[in-house]
Amino acid sequence: MKFRSISELRDYAAKANKKREAYTRQVFVCAGPGCLARGGLEIVQALRDELTKRKKDLDRSGIKVGINLGLTETGCHGLCEAGPLVTFEPDKLFYTHVSVKDIPEVVETTILGGKIIPRLLYKISGNGKGIARYTDIPFYSHQTRIALRNVGTIDPKSLDDYLAIGGFKAFYKALTKLTPDQVVDAVDKSKLRGRGGGGYLTGKKWKSCLKAGGDVRYLICNGDEGDPGAFMDRAIMEGDPYAVIEGMMIGAYALQTDKAYIYVRNEYPLAVKHLQLAIDRLREVGLLGKKILGTDFSLNIQINRGGGAFVCGESSALMRSLEGKVGEPRAKYVHSVVAGLYDKPTVLNNVETWTCVVAIINNGADWFARMGTENSSGTKAFSLVGKVKNTGLIEVPMGTSIRHIIYDLGGGIINDRPFKAVQTGGPSGGCLPESKLDLPVDFDTLTQAGSMMGSGGMIVMDDRTCMVDVAKYFVHFLIEESCGKCVPCREGLRQMDIMLDRVVHGNGDESLIGEIERLSDAMKLGSLCALGQSAPNPVMSTLTYFREEYLAHLKDKTCPAGVCKPLITYFINDACTGCMVCARNCPVECISGEKNKLHVIDSEICTRCGICSAVCKFNAVEVY
Amino acid sequence: MNVDLKRLQPILTRYPKEESSLIMILQDVQAEFNYLPPEILIVVAREIGIPKARIFGVATFYKAFSLEPRGDEIIKVCMGTACHVRGAQLIKDELERQLEVKAGGTTRDLRYSLELVNCVGACAMAPVAIVGDKYHPNLSPDRLKKIIKVKKSK
Repeated sequence: MKFRSISELRDYAAKANKKREAYTRQVFVCAGPGCLARGGLEIVQALRDELTKRKKDLDRSGIKVGINLGLTETGCHGLCEAGPLVTFEPDKLFYTHVSVKDIPEVVETTILGGKIIPRLLYKISGNGKGIARYTDIPFYSHQTRIALRNVGTIDPKSLDDYLAIGGFKAFYKALTKLTPDQVVDAVDKSKLRGRGGGGYLTGKKWKSCLKAGGDVRYLICNGDEGDPGAFMDRAIMEGDPYAVIEGMMIGAYALQTDKAYIYVRNEYPLAVKHLQLAIDRLREVGLLGKKILGTDFSLNIQINRGGGAFVCGESSALMRSLEGKVGEPRAKYVHSVVAGLYDKPTVLNNVETWTCVVAIINNGADWFARMGTENSSGTKAFSLVGKVKNTGLIEVPMGTSIRHIIYDLGGGIINDRPFKAVQTGGPSGGCLPESKLDLPVDFDTLTQAGSMMGSGGMIVMDDRTCMVDVAKYFVHFLIEESCGKCVPCREGLRQMDIMLDRVVHGNGDESLIGEIERLSDAMKLGSLCALGQSAPNPVMSTLTYFREEYLAHLKDKTCPAGVCKPLITYFINDACTGCMVCARNCPVECISGEKNKLHVIDSEICTRCGICSAVCKFNAVEVY
Repeated sequence: MNVDLKRLQPILTRYPKEESSLIMILQDVQAEFNYLPPEILIVVAREIGIPKARIFGVATFYKAFSLEPRGDEIIKVCMGTACHVRGAQLIKDELERQLEVKAGGTTRDLRYSLELVNCVGACAMAPVAIVGDKYHPNLSPDRLKKIIKVKKSK
């Protein structure tokens, strides 16, 4: 099958839609990163097997798998914490923590009997009553999904499914009703800003690239999601690959280019697989290749896998890597929109940005611009992780307060411990304290507060997280990832690490903080690319908001959060029942005590591995 | 070590013989040989017409590549921020102790390699380690023993 015209594509899409509409019930099994780790694929297989086994009973009830009952393995549904997830549409019934042994009951009670299994429903902690519909769960009800619109509700491996829900409508709308300039104008008017971190205006970028002239232009999708603690792009590439490609097709039409690349992180093999499947299929049906749908528009898209280098998320380094070279950034006195890949004008946008382009063409620039705040329009996807109850993938309008995200969507801190900080922006961002919780999340506000939007990782920290340790963690991360080209970044980070190591060991006095601040300034001013310039941010922001923790290490020689091994001691309190579990598990045998009697840790031998505290059921192991 | 050059041929035919194919070729070489044998790199450099120095530059720059043979099974400990705040350091320390290798190393029997990765994108299940292809979510130092023990008894 090959679509030779737009009407052929439309007819086919209508048929696909009819097939999807014929499902009176659809079962979606989440196979996103989180659920996959907890056995999502085994659930799909078990469901398939059970449905085959019960075919006679299904027939009797008039249920036909694949005709009026759909079973789909989807991308990330969002609430990873409660995975594996199984969702039923259109009733929005939502099962959490599903295991293979629940499947016979799911088929018997819910699919055949039409009844709910209360045990599998989502429960807000402390409240025993389950919530049946996911749309009634605060984690979902407060979301507005644009970039994640299809993730978790379609089969990412099926072009038919994407067409059935209106896929490629934006593309053929652009192709038939809009000139390339009108597409650029629409993106410009929507005030869409790049979702990868920098927040540069997408429309402005496209215009500059067109202005640069020349007959060869390149288009790149940046799928090198390197910020630790962020997996929005992974979820989109795995869960809705066709939308990413459709966005790129619209972009290629607007920028009048026929060569595009997707650069995907090496750690995301499933994203590569799903994108490649999509590209192959689109080539087969003539939506990619020469003379698409009988028009003069041609486009080829190639996937390149990264080599596991964080710096390759930086645009100029990424382009060097695409050329097969070492991924070193270059100074940007000439922007990549003028001289990028192979020194040709190049537009690079992030995965989430490309999917937003599709929504903008479908719904109009004003619709998008109306959402969010004055200077940050639309919505933003975040991965809400760390010490928060509902970890997972969310999308909210720009301008939503951090407090709303953490407490209403996230459900608050695990075990209701005190909130300490939230980290945004990855290694270039910073940590914000409780006093900043009511800030609206948008590009400019976060930057003013000393952090940044970044790609959308939001890592929540409680009182058991040491801020010096977090700063050291990012510095350590960046030492490994600095490409080594410029001195302020390469050597600055090493010196910073040595200084922070002294803080962690309680080795030094207050003057060390002054030295750290001077070094930070030097790195900020002297580094070549954004990696080095923003490298001091985690240190600076923790020094601004959590200076007393640095002082506690240096002056009092303690780690208040109980994290920094050189400054902490484990001990067993009166709650000990003498069950001996800790003593049996201690790898260095430093815990002594008889059965039913208080145990004692020999802190001379203790390696602070934390096993005793993890296995103790009575909270008897304390750290100070 | 003897390396079978014949296994390289199918990889070379997959891509155009130019510099831009280099990283993809190296990825396939690593998938085939489990590391990048220096003999192979020299042949690849000749085939796509770039200096040996440049291919070794690329091979040592990117973290995904190893110039040393790696273990049959790769244990990847995620060191992303979400894993870090939920105790990834303790997981790493304990694995180093049990396997008697430092991170980045391979056990002497070439059974396991212990690698650290900066976020595998499974942040909601932190801390995570991947053994082979299998994700082990929500780890704690005491649960680790079971995973490794299960693996060892196989």
